Amino acid sequence: MRLELRINGSVRSLEVEPLKRLLDVLREDLILTGTKEGCGEGECGACAVLLDGQLVNSCLVAVCQAAGASVVTIEGLSSSALTPLQRSFVECGGAQCGICTPGMIVAGQCFLDSGAAATDEAVREAIAGNLCRCTGYTKIVESIQHAARETR
Amino acid sequence: MKPTITGQPLARIDGHAKVTGAARYSAEVQISGVAYGVLVTSACARGRILAIETNDAEREPGVLAVITPKNALRLPDTKVPENDRVVQVLQDDRIVYSNQPVALVVAETLEGAMHAALLVKVHEEKEPATVRLDDEIKNAFEPEPQSASGKKSADQVRGDPARGLREAAMRIDETYQTPYETHNPLEPHATTAVWNGPDRLTVYDATQGVFGVRKKLAKMFALPTGNVRVLTKFVGGGFGCKGTPWSHVILAALAAKQVGRPVKLVLTRPQMFGMVGGRPLTRQRLSVGANKQGKLTALRHESVSTTSRFDDFLEPAASVSRHSYACENMATSHRLVRLDIATPTYMRAPGEATGGFALESAIDELAHALKMDPLALRLASYAETDPTEDKPFSSKSLRKCYAEGARRFGWAWNKRSPARADGMLVGVGMATSSYPAYFSKAEALARMLPDGTALVTSGAVDLGGGTYTVMSQVAADAIGLPMDRVRFDLGDSEMPEAPRSGGSQTAASCASAVLLAGRALRDKLVRMAVADAGSPLLGARPDEVLIENGRMTANGRTDSFADVVKRAGGAPVEERARAGPDEARKKWSLHSFGAQFVEVLVDPDLGHVRVKRLVGVFAGGRILNARLARSQLMGGMVWGIGMALHEETVYDEKIGRIMTRDLADYHVPAHADVQVIEPYFIEEEDVHVDPAGVKGIGEIGITGTAAAIANAVFNATGKRVRSLPITPDKLL
Ligand code: FES
Ligand code: FES
Repeated sequence: MRLELRINGSVRSLEVEPLKRLLDVLREDLILTGTKEGCGEGECGACAVLLDGQLVNSCLVAVCQAAGASVVTIEGLSSSALTPLQRSFVECGGAQCGICTPGMIVAGQCFLDSGAAATDEAVREAIAGNLCRCTGYTKIVESIQHAARETR
Repeated sequence: MKPTITGQPLARIDGHAKVTGAARYSAEVQISGVAYGVLVTSACARGRILAIETNDAEREPGVLAVITPKNALRLPDTKVPENDRVVQVLQDDRIVYSNQPVALVVAETLEGAMHAALLVKVHEEKEPATVRLDDEIKNAFEPEPQSASGKKSADQVRGDPARGLREAAMRIDETYQTPYETHNPLEPHATTAVWNGPDRLTVYDATQGVFGVRKKLAKMFALPTGNVRVLTKFVGGGFGCKGTPWSHVILAALAAKQVGRPVKLVLTRPQMFGMVGGRPLTRQRLSVGANKQGKLTALRHESVSTTSRFDDFLEPAASVSRHSYACENMATSHRLVRLDIATPTYMRAPGEATGGFALESAIDELAHALKMDPLALRLASYAETDPTEDKPFSSKSLRKCYAEGARRFGWAWNKRSPARADGMLVGVGMATSSYPAYFSKAEALARMLPDGTALVTSGAVDLGGGTYTVMSQVAADAIGLPMDRVRFDLGDSEMPEAPRSGGSQTAASCASAVLLAGRALRDKLVRMAVADAGSPLLGARPDEVLIENGRMTANGRTDSFADVVKRAGGAPVEERARAGPDEARKKWSLHSFGAQFVEVLVDPDLGHVRVKRLVGVFAGGRILNARLARSQLMGGMVWGIGMALHEETVYDEKIGRIMTRDLADYHVPAHADVQVIEPYFIEEEDVHVDPAGVKGIGEIGITGTAAAIANAVFNATGKRVRSLPITPDKLL
């Protein structure tokens, strides 16, 4: 089936299987490999993207559900310069192997955009759906809080 | 001393690529014409494939092949190299564990292959099988030394442990168990295989070591080693399971050959339970005796661990007891038990993580029985020299780690006083951490380009620990350049050989090679300058030339690396160097040490344990980059929390199948499990361990943690949990 998606600001028209996972459309068809697959079952958050501003796990979204919607991936968060949140992840050591990082940053950005106060509790809640096997999380929470201080 | 770049807490240089999504991992390399492979795996734990129905799958549009033992290309050689894991690659009809590959679907698209894989029907003939340790423990056997860590013998005795136990004022004799665990790096295993002609193979693999993959592929496909190239630029965590190439790596290459197309094969999360190893189950008996002052009189540590029917992997759990405490009478032993499981493998701190739990729990039990501060008891038997090998330690700052940890944590021992706060039971505990300092042969190439920048290469991989960054730092200092004029590249088997990233040895081995290659290049450039008629430095003595930021100065005159290269014709000037352990190193016992202190809260009604604060102080030789090292230690400590409280690969013992086959059922620590984690270092200058003075910090963070937590849980509740993980049911 042919459908239109707005991906990182530009409209893309695709000929795809309607039940194909949005994750695979991004990674395999559009070569937007910044979005990662950790589990394929909605447990790890590595595949997180924004769908009309909502945080979703793209491994659980059939591409037809995204028809006509706007999708923002990690590649769409920054243009030439890094965002404050991306800078904070580099500075604070929020990334080690980096596989969870795009999902963490998309979830973190979604939280920052909500304008909520970046308390420990709130940040942890915001990324409760994202697993990291390397960092032990502390640095990720710090990265988001650091970016919150920078931008507000 | 001149300030150096090495040691500075710089941010990781691959950070930009990782936060923008630009970093390409093995599954993301773009190869034109690539086809997708999806594995089908066995249900039963032992038996035979009777038949595989492939018709439905083959009829699906876009399916290129359904490869089964019936039609799979025959490999010229099914034997694996020495010290490598045995694999199951569709060469026969045997099923030797549940979740073993039995077929491989290759299709034009990923979803096509996934769908077709569901249509493949496997008929199995089951044979009696068991995954229960108790069923087979009567057949426990002594492993060959080569399957033991570091080729050490399975057993070791010193003095007279029986007498030491008899004469002790207090004895502990208990059995501890650690469960099966699964590494679960967040990046699934992924291999893309491309044949460039009938006998040339290129593989992009999520691996901890490109040279091991090359060796195995070359052997099994009977190719000259030089005809196989393996690349790995970014790896999404490994922790041991990507240390040796497993079945899927060989199968990707086999399928690519069979269908005549590049093939990409990515494991699903459930397929990562079994097929790519895991931590074996250990059962360890500790018999420990001490005199009234808490000085150890005997230490016996007997470990049994599980392995598969067809391959030996030994978890060297008792080894930790060989180096930890001063004790005249010691015995350690390892036995293996074969079960119908997949072969286990190294998992973060193999031996020390599991053995340390048993040893450090037993030491705590002994202290409690003697009504002694467990820290004081540890100091009473502090090993000044290695108690088994009778060698001095190359460096050992454990006393400082204890003192600094106790101070930072506020350790104050008052026997046992169950405290309560907000309805929670509060407890504190501590334990010792240790891990051997490994150092293996490594080579590096340093090249000065005509623009005055250097390119340094070594075929290591960066699992996320920061190899790209710290090697650039070491290279910059060694050559005499600022960071931004050095590029370090890795992850390619065409580069100089480096050991696999495992056993916390990459920093030590690779940094030593980079250091030597960088210095050799610098010296060569100086020699060229002073002998060059076009150089202002002509005639200067090499040893009076000072180097800074790519400029050489002597007697008020200067020349630059860039000019030397240009005057010599503009071809890059290069030097290669090799580092590796020598005879002198054998005179020393080489280990990192540390101490961990923990406060836990236990819910008295629900039995739920929370780690409120975990303080660890570690001495691991020279720290190349404190920011990255801290982050890695934190990760290790959180692994310790997972090991203590959550992680367990659970089998259905009736059918021999792993039940916890995804991240919903297998609990890795999540945000909510982690509160305050504080790692600190004691810097050590160790000139014996390796040229870079590095002992490695990738693994030590997880050692001792589980014991410290179990000891704190005992302090809070009076309940001693000797079988991990400490789940609520064990406390109620
Ligand atoms: S891959 Fe989507 S949540 Fe894990
Ligand atoms: S950095 Fe490796 S999983 Fe988070």
